[in-house]
Amino acid sequence: MIGRDLLGIEDLDRSDIERILDTAERMREVGNRIVKKVPTLRGRTVVNLFFEASTRTRASFEIAGKRLSADVVNFSPASSSLKKSESILDTARTLDAMDPDLVIVRHAVAGVPKRVADVLDAPVVNAGDGAHEHPTQALLDMLTVRQVKERIEGLTVTIVGDILHSRVARSNIHGFLKMGAEVRIAAPPTMIPVGVESLGVKVFTSVRDALSGADVVMALRIQNERLAGSSVPSVREYSTTFGIDRAKLHYAKDDVIVMHPGPVNRGVELSHELTDDRPSVILDQVRNGVAIRMAVLYLFAGRTSQSDRGEAN
Amino acid sequence: MSRILVRGGRILDPTANRDENGDVLIEGGLIAAVGESLDARGAEIIEAEGGWIAPGFFDMHTHLREPGQEYKEDIASGGRSAVAGGFTSVACMANTQPVNDDPATTDFILDRGRHDSPAKVYPIAAATHGLAGKIVTEMSALIEAGAVAFSDDGRTIQDGGVMRHVLEYSKLVDGLVIVHAEDCSLVGAGVMNEGPVSTRLGLPGNPSIAEDVLVMRDLMLAELTGAKLHVAHVSSGNSVAAIRKAKERGVSVTAEVSPHHLTLTDEAALGYDTNTKVAPPLRSAADVEACRTGLVDGTLDAIATDHAPHALHEKDLDFVEAPPGLIGFETAVPVVLDLLRKGEITPIELVRRLSTHPARILNRPGGDLAVGSPADLVIVDPERSWLYDPAKGYSKSRNSPWAGQMMQGRVVATIVDGRLVYHVDKGVLVP
Repeated sequence: MIGRDLLGIEDLDRSDIERILDTAERMREVGNRIVKKVPTLRGRTVVNLFFEASTRTRASFEIAGKRLSADVVNFSPASSSLKKSESILDTARTLDAMDPDLVIVRHAVAGVPKRVADVLDAPVVNAGDGAHEHPTQALLDMLTVRQVKERIEGLTVTIVGDILHSRVARSNIHGFLKMGAEVRIAAPPTMIPVGVESLGVKVFTSVRDALSGADVVMALRIQNERLAGSSVPSVREYSTTFGIDRAKLHYAKDDVIVMHPGPVNRGVELSHELTDDRPSVILDQVRNGVAIRMAVLYLFAGRTSQSDRGEAN
Repeated sequence: MSRILVRGGRILDPTANRDENGDVLIEGGLIAAVGESLDARGAEIIEAEGGWIAPGFFDMHTHLREPGQEYKEDIASGGRSAVAGGFTSVACMANTQPVNDDPATTDFILDRGRHDSPAKVYPIAAATHGLAGKIVTEMSALIEAGAVAFSDDGRTIQDGGVMRHVLEYSKLVDGLVIVHAEDCSLVGAGVMNEGPVSTRLGLPGNPSIAEDVLVMRDLMLAELTGAKLHVAHVSSGNSVAAIRKAKERGVSVTAEVSPHHLTLTDEAALGYDTNTKVAPPLRSAADVEACRTGLVDGTLDAIATDHAPHALHEKDLDFVEAPPGLIGFETAVPVVLDLLRKGEITPIELVRRLSTHPARILNRPGGDLAVGSPADLVIVDPERSWLYDPAKGYSKSRNSPWAGQMMQGRVVATIVDGRLVYHVDKGVLVP
């Protein structure tokens, strides 16, 4: 039973995930039409509340909302204009007074979508909060894997990169484990969060060992400011030891696929040719992103109709 | 001359090692007699039936926010909240605006304390000018003005050379230096305890070793200099162990622990409630266990709340931006009674850590029920259950992790210098 909000994959169980993936499969077909629009959410207001700058995720949610005929409003108190120390809960209460049907929240700090959900009447979908979760990214990743591999259970998924700062990693760890996959992480020791093995992952510092027998390799985006700091010495050292290229891919299974949440630092976490060519499925991920977000909007905003609120009687 | 008889309670006087039922008679603001069936002619009677009669509690680590941040708290509201929690004396930290680093500010706080607060207020002066960690404050003048100790508290002196000088110089006035032990280079961006919970929540972790490294540095500096060091709000098991060893080899060190570090773990942050953000952070269950053991075995001498009021709009920020700290006066007693209920400590030893030890560490009156001592005392009903609502409390702020929870144990009455200043049925009575 899916809850009111989608704050993280950690809160879902396997049947919830499967229901969202199945719904997304049906939504994908809408994107192949000439008129890419269905009336499902006509008259509903969906707000993109993005405290942290984002082009791709916001566009993906916006396109998803529009394909379902929702009125999508972008509300971006960008970090520059949002005065520091403005109460997030004040912003949420202001928004709530405008009666949105669903609010999508992104923030650079973990926990903000949860705090916003605590004060809002409308359901909240987390579009990424700090290093906590990015549930729609993990859902689209699982959808992509399921399409290519026709299953998730029993697969070996290796996530490589800055696990410490990655919400994509956390959501995928929860998701793939719930779906019955083995999840491995590989990173420099300075980028492995303390106690991460308690989530159920296998931890590696050797990419070769982590890739051995892998069905899926997921490279994470590395922030430039985190290279050449005290945790990683240089771009060159990182790309040599943790960057995924064809040579390292030989350790994995022959039919391995390569994923990346984007945007890719070409030649750093992923070699140039792997970014564009098979076995990379990066553009499938993007395509599935819209379908997943349509499914999420449908499943979460579709329930806040007047009758569901008990006001129609 | 006013006479008050506190009648029929369990008298707990750690100084005299007295634990027996009886009455306490107060005359002229002093304790006149302690014993059974005292002659109460003409005296106002305060019933203590079924409760404890103990020396007033002494909170040696608080933030009263005046001067400068009166929207969070002031000496009047903080003092009222203190007596509602059973504290007859409080020592307040120097991070006011302006900073309490000069005799005029110390004098102002003392003056406000005398006039506005039902609890006795003792200012702690800054250890370095402007809490900047560079120039030692004028300790002679500050002691002369009435400062009871020196501390930069949360603006921990990071420079070991400066800390050495602070400790050495404090010997000039036989002063006490209080350290909030956190090495900020190891704290980094951390906002909660580093461990499996911070990993799950995706919040930057502040490792307990950031505390341990600073505790060990300052224990070594105290040993080198022979100065008096007090470690504030110990929260890490390794720090407890280091202090225990230092005491064994004769280092002049005392330490305190807060009610929240004795009872709450980092799992309290699971809902991202910013009222669980505090420095040092709430730690693992093993750390909590070590702190409890340390309090019982005497490694940690005192319980202090680190009462740190912040306004609602400040705690409504995200977990990184929200300021650390929580209010603690009115919940301290029921919270620490958990150790009693679990059989870890006796009532008299608990009172010793709430009252006698902090008074002795700061070398102030209090902490006993001896005839002739100032009549600062508290009546506690250890069983009484009540629902805690910070909006109904006396602090101006509401930042408590215990908001909305049922509490067991309540302060029934608080008496300062022979005057009833708080009664649970009447509220705060003065000023």
